[in-house]
Amino acid sequence: MSERRRAPAPARLLGRHRAERRFRLLGAGAIAFALLALVVLLASVVWRGVSVFTQNRIQLTVDLDAEEIDPRGSRSLKALGNADYTEIIRDALRTAVPGVTSRQEKRAVAALISSEAEYDVRSAVLANPEIVGTQKSFSLALSSEADLYAKGRIDRSIPEGERKLSNQQMDWLDALREQGMIEGSFHWGFLTNGDSREPQSAGVGGAVVGSLLTLLVTLLVCVPIGVAAAVHLEEFAPKNRLTDLIEVNVNNLAAVPSIVFGLLGLALFLGFMGMPRSAPLVGGLVLALRTLPIVIIVSRASLAAVPPSIREAALGLGASRLQLVAHHLIPLALPGILTGTIIGTAQALGETAPLLMIGMVAFVADVPEGLLSPATVLPVQVFLWSDTPERGFEALTAGAIIVLLVLLLALNAVAVYLRQRFETRF
Amino acid sequence: MTSDRTSKLSARNLSVFYGDTQALLGVDLDIGANQVTALIGPSGCGKSTFLRCLNRMNDIIEGCRVEGSVLLDGEDIYDSRVDVVSLRARIGMVFQKPNPFPKSIYDNVAYGPRIHGVAGSRAELDEIVHDSLKRAGLLEEVRDRMSEPGTSLSGGQQQRLCIARAIAVDPEVILMDEPCSALDPIATGRVEELIDELREHYTIIIVTHSMQQAARVSQRTAFFHLGRIVEVGDTEKVFTAPTETRTRDYITGRFG
Repeated sequence: MSERRRAPAPARLLGRHRAERRFRLLGAGAIAFALLALVVLLASVVWRGVSVFTQNRIQLTVDLDAEEIDPRGSRSLKALGNADYTEIIRDALRTAVPGVTSRQEKRAVAALISSEAEYDVRSAVLANPEIVGTQKSFSLALSSEADLYAKGRIDRSIPEGERKLSNQQMDWLDALREQGMIEGSFHWGFLTNGDSREPQSAGVGGAVVGSLLTLLVTLLVCVPIGVAAAVHLEEFAPKNRLTDLIEVNVNNLAAVPSIVFGLLGLALFLGFMGMPRSAPLVGGLVLALRTLPIVIIVSRASLAAVPPSIREAALGLGASRLQLVAHHLIPLALPGILTGTIIGTAQALGETAPLLMIGMVAFVADVPEGLLSPATVLPVQVFLWSDTPERGFEALTAGAIIVLLVLLLALNAVAVYLRQRFETRF
Repeated sequence: MTSDRTSKLSARNLSVFYGDTQALLGVDLDIGANQVTALIGPSGCGKSTFLRCLNRMNDIIEGCRVEGSVLLDGEDIYDSRVDVVSLRARIGMVFQKPNPFPKSIYDNVAYGPRIHGVAGSRAELDEIVHDSLKRAGLLEEVRDRMSEPGTSLSGGQQQRLCIARAIAVDPEVILMDEPCSALDPIATGRVEELIDELREHYTIIIVTHSMQQAARVSQRTAFFHLGRIVEVGDTEKVFTAPTETRTRDYITGRFG
């Protein structure tokens, strides 16, 4: 009897081992696929975006001709400010690139330099009017196309008609580089500037500050309200139909598409309460509404995870409900609450749709100065730039994504740190 | 039964319902002061439920309803004027599983005095903590590690820490819900010795599954079965000459 029962065992055992190996391979395969996708994503973003962190500038000796800048010799700020510095820079460029004669060639040479360059020269003159009439060396930004070529991002093999730089312009750039007049350096402007129509001077500074201000409002609003709501639902509220209904609705809200919160914000904060459009305050409030359900759910779960023995110990000693919550439950649930809040915040940082509804999609050239000044946020900036046809913005888009990812990583690192710092073992 | 005048706690016709099920069916029990009363009985007989009625720990259980009365020094603790917080300061509790707070040994013991505002100064608090640890027989073992977490102690030490924490509030009654069920025999022995010493100052009610333990530490024993008290009397008498057949069957190990 026992012989017969044991007989098929070796075959079944082999089958079981095979099934286990298959299962393990499937798991490893899934992880490999996920890693590959991540690597491809990161590599493509970095490859496209890394170039915005450097910028090629041309060292030009500019002849600040007194006749041209200030023909009347008044040296007044008004006269100095109104002078045509573009022409002065073009003259300097023509000296650097010999053999330019025709109007067409002159225009082609001028196109090598960023149109923002004149502001650099003007502000230098306004800061120090003494230099008028002398020759001064300036480091001026190349135009976006010229910069891309200098970085090797424009392929000469593309037919001339299909690219913005002509062969002649490329030759000039090559010549300038051979003379050592063009050099690349870290482009701080990308991190500090606001948005601009010119890719060379557009930066994520405005969007980063906008994002941080928005997140600040989100955190300040949703953490106290979320934790208070979670404590009440978990510790004080009676379990009845009403609290069941509230619980179901909180869970549902967490799954509501975020654009709906944008519509709510548009109707409530802008329409009813008359708050300004595009303001980080409103954006933060909308994102707080969107993050609130997540904070409540995570906080409730962390509170519920505190062992019942701790509750019994505290209550058995005569602690009141409030003392139980304040002395034991919240400190013990804190790592979970913080982690959940930061993950919710990280999601809010990447949120675009609801902010479009409240006008944070506007072109904002200034770095926002306060909660009410017009601002945009990083993901919206990415969205805006990705929609711009000019080639220079393609790299900017990827660059802004890199900054966004770095911010997200920093937030998650903070979450991990806080978790380890406050972790208590029972 | 002891008369009302000398009993510290008296349950009168006490019934407990968990939703639709009734866990206690009209229990009457008098508990004398400064002695150890053991509650024994098979699992699910209602002895822990009864114990938790005595400091209203059942209040925190959802859907639990208590009928009847419990008199502490003649006053009903289920009266609406009674403050649960101060009641639990008078009737302390030690649980089945050692449950120190994840705080330092010192803070564990100091927690009760702190929330009840017992100690006027830091020195006074120090004294209470040392005294409680000493009475719980733990002081010598933890004297040099007061700032270490309470959870770093061994199981038996943790349970004695919980006892120290309970007596730091200076309660009149200490309820113990199977305090040794998670401890090894040596740690159990130490806790039992401790219970015997504590009897001088406190009225102790202990729920236990171990008949030997009940026989060793208690002066009176109540045998619970199916939500009722079957027999109650002096421990010696209950164990040597029970009047009820069910009691005899239980203590001789025929059921339970």
